[in-house]
Amino acid sequence: MAERNQPADVRPELIRSTDVEDFQKITGREEQWRFTPLRRLAGLHDGTFTPGGLITRDLQAPAGVTGETVTDADPRVGTVLIPFDRVSAQAWSSAPDAYVLSVPTGAELTEPIRLTVSGAGGRDAAAFGHTVIDVGRGAEASVVLDHRGTVSYADNVEISVGDNAGLMLVSIQDWDGDAVHVQHQKIRLGRDARLRHIVVTLGGSLVRLSTTVEYADRGGDAELLGLYFADTGQHQEHRLVVEHTVPDCRSRVEYRGALQGDEAHAVWVGDVIIRAGATGTDTYELNRNLVLTEGARADSIPNLEIETGEVVGAGHASATGRFDDEQLFYLMSRGIPEHDARRLVVRGFFAGLLARIGDESVSGPLMEAVEARLAKGPN
Amino acid sequence: MATLDIRDLHVSVGTGEEEKEILKGVDLTISAGQTHAIMGPNGSGKSTLAYSVAGHPKYKVTQGSVTLDGEDVLSMTVDERARAGLFLAMQYPVEVPGVSMSNFLRSAATATRGEAPKIRTWVKEMKTAMDVLGMDPAFAERNVNEGFSGGEKKRHEILQLSLLKPAIAILDETDSGLDVDALRAVAEGVNRVSAAGDVGVLLITHYTRILRYITPDFVHVFVDGRIAEEGGPELADRLEADGYERFLKAPA
Repeated sequence: MAERNQPADVRPELIRSTDVEDFQKITGREEQWRFTPLRRLAGLHDGTFTPGGLITRDLQAPAGVTGETVTDADPRVGTVLIPFDRVSAQAWSSAPDAYVLSVPTGAELTEPIRLTVSGAGGRDAAAFGHTVIDVGRGAEASVVLDHRGTVSYADNVEISVGDNAGLMLVSIQDWDGDAVHVQHQKIRLGRDARLRHIVVTLGGSLVRLSTTVEYADRGGDAELLGLYFADTGQHQEHRLVVEHTVPDCRSRVEYRGALQGDEAHAVWVGDVIIRAGATGTDTYELNRNLVLTEGARADSIPNLEIETGEVVGAGHASATGRFDDEQLFYLMSRGIPEHDARRLVVRGFFAGLLARIGDESVSGPLMEAVEARLAKGPN
Repeated sequence: MATLDIRDLHVSVGTGEEEKEILKGVDLTISAGQTHAIMGPNGSGKSTLAYSVAGHPKYKVTQGSVTLDGEDVLSMTVDERARAGLFLAMQYPVEVPGVSMSNFLRSAATATRGEAPKIRTWVKEMKTAMDVLGMDPAFAERNVNEGFSGGEKKRHEILQLSLLKPAIAILDETDSGLDVDALRAVAEGVNRVSAAGDVGVLLITHYTRILRYITPDFVHVFVDGRIAEEGGPELADRLEADGYERFLKAPA
């Protein structure tokens, strides 16, 4: 796609450019990349990828919602997101087109929109994509963005929630075992806009999701929830940036992850920034991990950067708990079989989070998908 | 009528050079309807006996047998032992974050009874059982043992005892660390379970205090990994008066 650049005279992490070469080569020593096993990225980060991956999109949407493929000349492309790192820039420049999903102004949808993104070609076939989700002023919509299949996929998703609009976005990564997915989602909330953003990461060999939220005007309210289940050998990395630049906005972040099996690795990095002008900000972020077996590892790094003291609230917490032999013994000593004991614990761990989705038609299948993975036991 | 038969039980902890024998040949028979008290000084192996019978992986049985109505308990997994009718009330009940009490109790009842209790009768059954133990119904929605006081944890153990109705219940120092009110509530709970059905109770205790509320049929004094003396309830009275000193005298 065409290049859109901003001056690159700032700290590396502040560079915004569509040109891959504006970014330093990734070595793995950078703070942003130190957890990611680069050799498993299938070359998405250094240009050595093999093209040939195939992405197909299937849209199920209520009347009035449009999904269309456009070129990058479309004015809606690039209004919210300009790449912030090399992989994102690679996705921008290599994406064959952009897909725009629009919810018209004032539309009140009662059924969720389902956009299923299927990959094919396997881990040695790379594909790139760009998606725009545009929710018009005063609209109410739910979008389920479902990723499945197997491919090495790098993509950008830009989401605009108009003034006084409400969006629930459920992003599901239920990839097959060898898939690689690096995604950047950037969300901009209009005045008094509400976002409930739910990330569910279950499948794939390596999944690295960056979610960035910014507020265009006062009164924005973002609730960012995440659920992940890392099994043997899986690397799941969730990086969030919530930047409060305008007054009187709210953010809540809660990610919960369970891990089992050797080399299961989860990384969670949550950055909340409150700029000097963002008085009246109310924010809290929380990450909890449940390590079910030996050999699994969870890294959790909450960061809070505050430039004004005039806030309603600002806090963060992180906790990693272990389902240990004593808990297992206790449950089993009451007659509960080992498998049921584990399921009881994982179910309880995720139930509170899933309940907040509200829509049973969305949350029900998610719990089933978690239990299906749990039922298999460590791979 | 259920009978738990422990014969010449030897149990070790640790491995290799570090392996240490804790139980050195225990013989004990408990039948439904009976209440046995095992008393003894700290470190004598009382808790090891409880956890070994329940199947805790830390303890290795090196010799002897444990049978429940002739069935080999030692070859069963921990959950199979519970479903066969064994129950262990633990001295330090484990916190299980994320699992609500009501969910846990229903899962346990489903497992031990072989079928899920009907929701309506179950809710009533649970509420009644909590009520008689003086437990706030709000406990049902709390996570298992999480943030419970010592007394609340012990009441929760006895609540499980009353709901799961085992054939043989082992209570490991259920009385330790309790104030008088909690001790009385726990003791009354045990007595109610004993009176209601055919359950054999093995009460492990360091103190004689709980024996003011629960009268054992048999008292066994446990010293250095085996039973040193046996008798009726009067033996407990002697221990109350004399302590364990006469059992602990170093050999001449």
